[in-house]
Amino acid sequence: MIKQIAVFLENREGRVSECCKVLKDANVNLRSMSIADTKEFGILRLITSDNDVAMKALKGAGFLASIVELVALEVPDKSGALAEMLIELYEGGINIEYMYSFAGENGHAQIGFKTNTPETAVAILEKAGAKVL
Amino acid sequence: MQYFQKEIETMSKEDKKALQSKRLVEIVKYAYENQAPYRAKMDAMGVKPEDIKSIDDISKLPFTVKQDLRDAYPFGMMARPKKDLVRLHASSATTGKLTVAGYTQKDIDIWGECAARSLVMAGASKESVVHVAYGYGLFTGGLGMHYGGEQLGAVVVPASAGNTQKQIQLLCDFEADIICCTPSYIIYLAEEIERMGLEIGKDIKLKGGVFGAEAWSEGMRADIEKRLGIRACDIYGLSEIAGPGVACDCEFKTGMHFQDDHFYPEIVDVDTLEPLGYDQSGELVITTLTKEGMPLIRYRTRDIASLNNDPCPCGRTSVKLNKITGRSDDMLIIRGVNVFPSQIESVLLKNKNIQPHYHINVDRVNNLDTMEIVVELSPDISLDEVAHVEEIRKKLASDMASALSVSAKITLVSPGTVARSEGKAKRITDRRKF
Ligand SMILES: [Zn+2]
Repeated sequence: MIKQIAVFLENREGRVSECCKVLKDANVNLRSMSIADTKEFGILRLITSDNDVAMKALKGAGFLASIVELVALEVPDKSGALAEMLIELYEGGINIEYMYSFAGENGHAQIGFKTNTPETAVAILEKAGAKVL
Repeated sequence: MQYFQKEIETMSKEDKKALQSKRLVEIVKYAYENQAPYRAKMDAMGVKPEDIKSIDDISKLPFTVKQDLRDAYPFGMMARPKKDLVRLHASSATTGKLTVAGYTQKDIDIWGECAARSLVMAGASKESVVHVAYGYGLFTGGLGMHYGGEQLGAVVVPASAGNTQKQIQLLCDFEADIICCTPSYIIYLAEEIERMGLEIGKDIKLKGGVFGAEAWSEGMRADIEKRLGIRACDIYGLSEIAGPGVACDCEFKTGMHFQDDHFYPEIVDVDTLEPLGYDQSGELVITTLTKEGMPLIRYRTRDIASLNNDPCPCGRTSVKLNKITGRSDDMLIIRGVNVFPSQIESVLLKNKNIQPHYHINVDRVNNLDTMEIVVELSPDISLDEVAHVEEIRKKLASDMASALSVSAKITLVSPGTVARSEGKAKRITDRRKF
């Protein structure tokens, strides 16, 4: 399991870059960023080099931010392996709310996803031979 | 200290009525002889001072409205020449002329007594340090509570409004146990105190406070009491009559004890102006029974409330003013439905996902009124999915629609984004052009 930071953004011009600036000023590196938005607002999801520092900086700057755990795995080198993993999860009844990829510290691609049954998901992935983070 | 003036505050209902009757007879005669507008109003109705024999005759008297005061601006309503007046207070007018009230020394003393009675209800005594964070000036809040504290014999800190960091430093250094300000400002102060990491009970030694000059709800009271560990009393006053101290609630919170030996309250139907009974909601009307500088007879306050006459465990025998539920001035008419900001507030306070900081935007699009309520999400919630935000919004929108009988668009924003006001909260922007 890894930790991501979710930030609520009202759809105000420049709010995403304000958020990035806060993190840059706090010397936090972004390993990944994904945004889910509607016409009215958005949720920015971040994987950072230092969650504690990032949370403190964001809260201090008035952002509504929270830490949420994701199930994460390293994407196997073998072609088709990721699809197999996802099929395993689907057949195991795991409901994926959202997912996104990011670069691991070792340069390998990684995938993180949110589910409300993380323990079962981890068990299925491990049984299937995935490298769970 | 249980009472400031025990004899008056716990007077029997019969004695109180006799006192009110005697005073009404005197004040009507005095107003008729000294205030031309009242002479004219009473003559026009064919009412003579001799027709008023007891407090029960009050409904024979004419009403006074704010426009009467504007018309008489600045000195037409004064019952005394300038040499007898010692102070003028004026109401802040967003539109039109100011209204002004003149006070004699006796008026100031009586007002101070009423403010002192209120401070005692909030837990103050002669030993107290009373921090006054209401604005000082033409507005009655600051000076009203200031003189109240002095009458009580407490130590008064005339901090006035604004400069929050300094206010907090003074609260810590002077160890104030009682604070007076607007409810929105005490919430702002509590937030700042929390943000600075100060300890309640150790750094901040407040035990009670009187909060007024704007409408607030029971939920806000509970929030203030919990965050600061204090007794939060609602205080009522209006610049035309006397500032804070006209009514205030005690620790039992059975309604605000109305200082009805000096200020006689009535509730009337907003449309027909017929007097209403206890526990019936309508417009609050006040007659000053002892004022010399500028007596007012049956002054329509435009505050919407009800009175109750239930006994209070504190032993005070006055009639009580239930929480002001709205102000006819603040009332919005949205697609023909009357909406009070206090109704919106009570819906917001029941929802744990948001904070009760809001702003109302009203507009008219294609001849249809639209209302948007901008409200802050709570900093303590965890949101990582768009669907969560939509759920919160839909729940609020449906609760709001059932409470207001008219739909509103809900816009959720980050904590701290809705402007906090250090004085009277400005919560409505009405862009409609009529
Ligand atoms: Zn009481």
